[in-house]
Amino acid sequence: MPCSLQAFADSIFCGQPASLPANRTPLIDELTQILGPAQVLVEKEDLIPYSFDGTAVLRALPRAVVFPRTSSDVVAVLRLAARDRVPVVARGSGTGLSGGSVPSPGSIVLCLVRMDRIIELDARNFTLRAQAGVLTQAIAHAADAEGLFYPPDPGSMKVSTIGGNVAENSGGLRGLKYGVTRDYVMGLEVVLADGEVCLLGNKCVKDVAGYSLKDLFIGSEGTLGVVTEVLLKLLPKPAARQTLLAMYARMESAAETVSAIIAARIVPCTLEFLDSKTIRCVEEYAHVGLPLDADALLLIEVDGHPAAVADDAARIRELCSANGATSVRLAADAAEAARLATARRSAFSALARVKPTTILEDATVPRSELARMIRFIQETARRHRLDIATFGHFGDGNLHPTFLTNEKDAAEMHRVELAMNDIFTEAVALGGTITGEHGVGLAKKAFLRGQLGEASYGLLKRVKRALDPGNLLNPGKIFDP
Amino acid sequence: MSPEPNLLKSLDYSVLQQCMHCGLCLPTCPTYLETRHERNSPRGRISLMRAIADGELGTTRAFAEEMDYCLGCLACMTACPAGVDYATLFEAGRAQSEASGAASGPSRRLVRAFTLRFLLFRPWALHAAARLLRLYEASGLRRLVRRSGFFSLLPKRLGEWDRQAPPIQRHFSDGIIAAVETPRGPARHRVAVLSGCIQDVAFPDVNRATVDVLLENGCAVETPRAQSCCGSLHAHNGDLETARELARRQLDSIDPGQFDAILSNSAGCGSHLKHYDRLLAGDPAYAGRAAAWSAKVRDISEWLVEIGFRRPVAPARPVAVTYHEACHLCHGQGITAQPREILRAIPGVELRECAEATMCCGSAGVYSLTQPGTSAWLRDRKVGHLRSTGAMVVATANPGCQLQIQQGFAMETGELRGRPRVVHPVVLLAEAYRAETPSRPAPP
Repeated sequence: MPCSLQAFADSIFCGQPASLPANRTPLIDELTQILGPAQVLVEKEDLIPYSFDGTAVLRALPRAVVFPRTSSDVVAVLRLAARDRVPVVARGSGTGLSGGSVPSPGSIVLCLVRMDRIIELDARNFTLRAQAGVLTQAIAHAADAEGLFYPPDPGSMKVSTIGGNVAENSGGLRGLKYGVTRDYVMGLEVVLADGEVCLLGNKCVKDVAGYSLKDLFIGSEGTLGVVTEVLLKLLPKPAARQTLLAMYARMESAAETVSAIIAARIVPCTLEFLDSKTIRCVEEYAHVGLPLDADALLLIEVDGHPAAVADDAARIRELCSANGATSVRLAADAAEAARLATARRSAFSALARVKPTTILEDATVPRSELARMIRFIQETARRHRLDIATFGHFGDGNLHPTFLTNEKDAAEMHRVELAMNDIFTEAVALGGTITGEHGVGLAKKAFLRGQLGEASYGLLKRVKRALDPGNLLNPGKIFDP
Repeated sequence: MSPEPNLLKSLDYSVLQQCMHCGLCLPTCPTYLETRHERNSPRGRISLMRAIADGELGTTRAFAEEMDYCLGCLACMTACPAGVDYATLFEAGRAQSEASGAASGPSRRLVRAFTLRFLLFRPWALHAAARLLRLYEASGLRRLVRRSGFFSLLPKRLGEWDRQAPPIQRHFSDGIIAAVETPRGPARHRVAVLSGCIQDVAFPDVNRATVDVLLENGCAVETPRAQSCCGSLHAHNGDLETARELARRQLDSIDPGQFDAILSNSAGCGSHLKHYDRLLAGDPAYAGRAAAWSAKVRDISEWLVEIGFRRPVAPARPVAVTYHEACHLCHGQGITAQPREILRAIPGVELRECAEATMCCGSAGVYSLTQPGTSAWLRDRKVGHLRSTGAMVVATANPGCQLQIQQGFAMETGELRGRPRVVHPVVLLAEAYRAETPSRPAPP
C-alpha cells in the first residue's frame, strides 16, 4: 500500500518513468554493457542537442552519444566502431566554429567531457597533465594557483575542453607574444582508429627521438586519432600588466601604430582591434562612451616585469599619439583596465544581437597586410550588400570578419557565400590563410585545396589514409578522402 | 503529429533563432552541471524547442520532463552573449508541454487545478489555507503527527512537503500594515507595495520592514488589501492564460498612473511583474496600461538606491553578512549592486562575498516539490558556500530562497557553531533605522 501511494505521489509531478528505448541494436547493447546505461544516449530528444556545435547553420544527427570516463573506454568504443565500420566523431563541449564536431550522419559521438581530471601539476618542471575533457579555464586556474601561467585563452575557454583546444589548435588573444595551443603541448596520449594507444612526447624541453608525431595530432580535428590526455607546458606568471585603449579616425593610422610598436621591438601580449561598424554596435549595446565617428580602436596590453611593463606602456602611448590616435587612455589600476577592456570583450555580444544569425570567420593575413585586408572586407560588404563587422587580433594578423545575417533568407545567404569566397581568395593572395584559429571542419573544406596547392593537399590525404584507412574518424571533415 | 496547438511555432521564430549555440551558457546551468548532458542545458533545450517548432519532433513526454527539469533560474540569460530571451522560451516551452497533454496525468491535473486555479487564484483561499496550516504547525498537531510515524505510512513525498511547508505567521501583512501609511515629514514619493503570496503569510515582517524603510525615506505607502497573486508561478508552470487573467486583475485594482513606483520585495514576483507589458501585449484592452505598469515596477532595493536612500546612523554593531543573489533578481532583473549597496550602508556590516553567489539555491518556485533530488543537491551546495564565508547572517531578497536556505541550515549535520540567520536586506536596513538614537535626524 505505501508503495502504490508513493507511485501515485510521484506521478503527480514527475509523470511515468520514461519507456525503454526502441532504437536498440547489438552495437548499442555492447556499448551500454561496457560503459553503463547512463553513458550511452540514443533517444531522439537526447541526440538532437548533439546535432550541432558552435557553428551556424550546420546540423546532422548522430546514431548515439557515448561518454567514456577512461582511455580504455575510448579504446573499447573505437574497437567496436572499427569492427562495425561505424564512424566516430570525438567532441568536447561543442564550441567549435567550423563544424569540426558536428556529427557525421549516423556516427557515434564520443563526448569526452566526463574525462575531466587534472592528473598532475609538476611545479618543478612547469608541466600539467590532464585528461582531455578538462575545461581550459580549469587548467588556467590550476596553473594560476601555483603562480604559473597557461597562456592560450580562446574566447570559449570557460566552456571549451583542452582536448578540443588541442584538436583544433585553438588560438586566443595572446597569440602575438605567447603563440597558440600547439606551443604549449609537450605530450599527448592518443587512441588510434584501431584502438591502439600511443604516448607521444614527454616532459623534456629537448627531445628529438623520432618524428614529432604529437604535432601531427595537434589541429587534426579528430580525423587522425582521439586525444585522451595532454601534457602541457606552463610559464611563470607575469608579475605585472598594463592596459591601454587608443581611438583612431582612420583605420590606417591604427595599422601604422601597430607597425611602429613592433618596429620599436615591443611585443604586447594582446593587440586587439575593432572596426567602425563594431565600435558603433558596441556603443549601442554597452554604452561605454566610444566616439561613434571613430574608424578604429586598439586595445593594447603589455605584461612582464613591472619596470619593463611601465616602460613599454609609456612608449606605446607615445607611439599611438605620434601615429594619429585621437585619444589614448592608460589604465590607472586593474579596475580601470577591466573597464577599458569592456569594449573589446563585448564586441562579440554586441554583434550577435544585431541579426538572428551571426557567422564568425577567421581569415588571417601577415601583419603587414592587415590594413589592406580590412579595407577589402569593408569593400566586399558593400559590393554584396551585407552587414560585415570586423574585429580581431591585430598583433597576429588574425581577423574576425563577422557576418550579421539571417539563415532563413536564402538570397542573402547566397551573397554571404559569395562574399566569403572573395575574402578567402584575397586572404590567400596576400599570403594568409583561410582559417587562423577555428579550423577547416566542414565550413572551409571547399577552400582548402586552393590555399594548399595539389602536393600539400594530397599529402594530407596520404597521412589520413595511413592512420585511418577505414575513414572512420570524423569522416568528411577538413577534406573528402 | 497530433493536431495540438504549437505554441512554440507561434513564437516569433527569431527568438529561437537568436541562439547561436556557442555554448557559453553551459557552465552556468545547474542542471547541465549535474548531468553534463546537452539536453539538460539551455542550448540543448532551445534545440528541442526549435525541433518542435520546425515539426521535426513532437511534443513528447521526454520534452515535457526536460522542461520540468529546467529550474527557470535564467542564469543562462546572464551568460548569453547573443541576448537570447530564454525567459520567454521557457514559459512557452512549459505552456507547450501542458497544452499538448504530454506532461499530464489525471493526478497532476488535479494538483495543478487546486494550486494554480484555486489556492493561488483567490486571495481568500490562500489566507484560509494558510490559517489551517498555521493551526497545524502551531497547535502541536504537527509534532504529534510527526512523532506518531504517520508519514512513514504515506508517500515519502508527503513527508517532504510537510518538512518544506513554510512557517505561517500569526498575523499576515494586512494585520500589521495599514492600507495607507504616511511618512513623518512631507511625502516626496507615492508608492504602492505588493505584499506577495508566500511573503504575505510566511514573512509579513519583510513587508513591514519594506514599508518602514520607505516611510524613513519620504515615501507615502499604499498597500492595497486583498491583493491577488501576481501570476508568476502560473506563467513559470505553463499556465499563461491564468497568468494573464491575474495580471488583468492586478491592473484593475492598482492604477499605475497613481504612483511613482510599484514595489515588490520578492525577486520572483518582481521579475514577472516587470513583464506584464510582454504578457498582455496581444490584449488591446490592457496593453497600454500594462506598459505603464511595467515602467513603474521596481524591486525595493532598486527603488531605494534610485531615490538615494538615507544611510542609517545607528551605532555600529559589527556583524559579518554574506549575500545570496536570488536568480530572479540578478539574472531576471539584472539587479546585483543595489542590495549590496544597502547592506554596506548599514553601520557595522562587513559584507563577505560567497562563492557561486549567483547560482540557484534550488528553491525555484515549486521546484523543491517537483524535483526534490536536484533541489536538495543545489541547496546543500549553496549552504556549503554560505557556511565557508563564516558569516552568521545570510541576506537574500526572495521568500523562496529564504525558506530553502533556512531549511538547508536546519538539515546540516556535523559539528556546527550556531545556525545563521537568513534575512531580507530591507529587514536589516529597517532594524538599523530602528536602532538609531532618538535624536536621529528628521527625514528631510
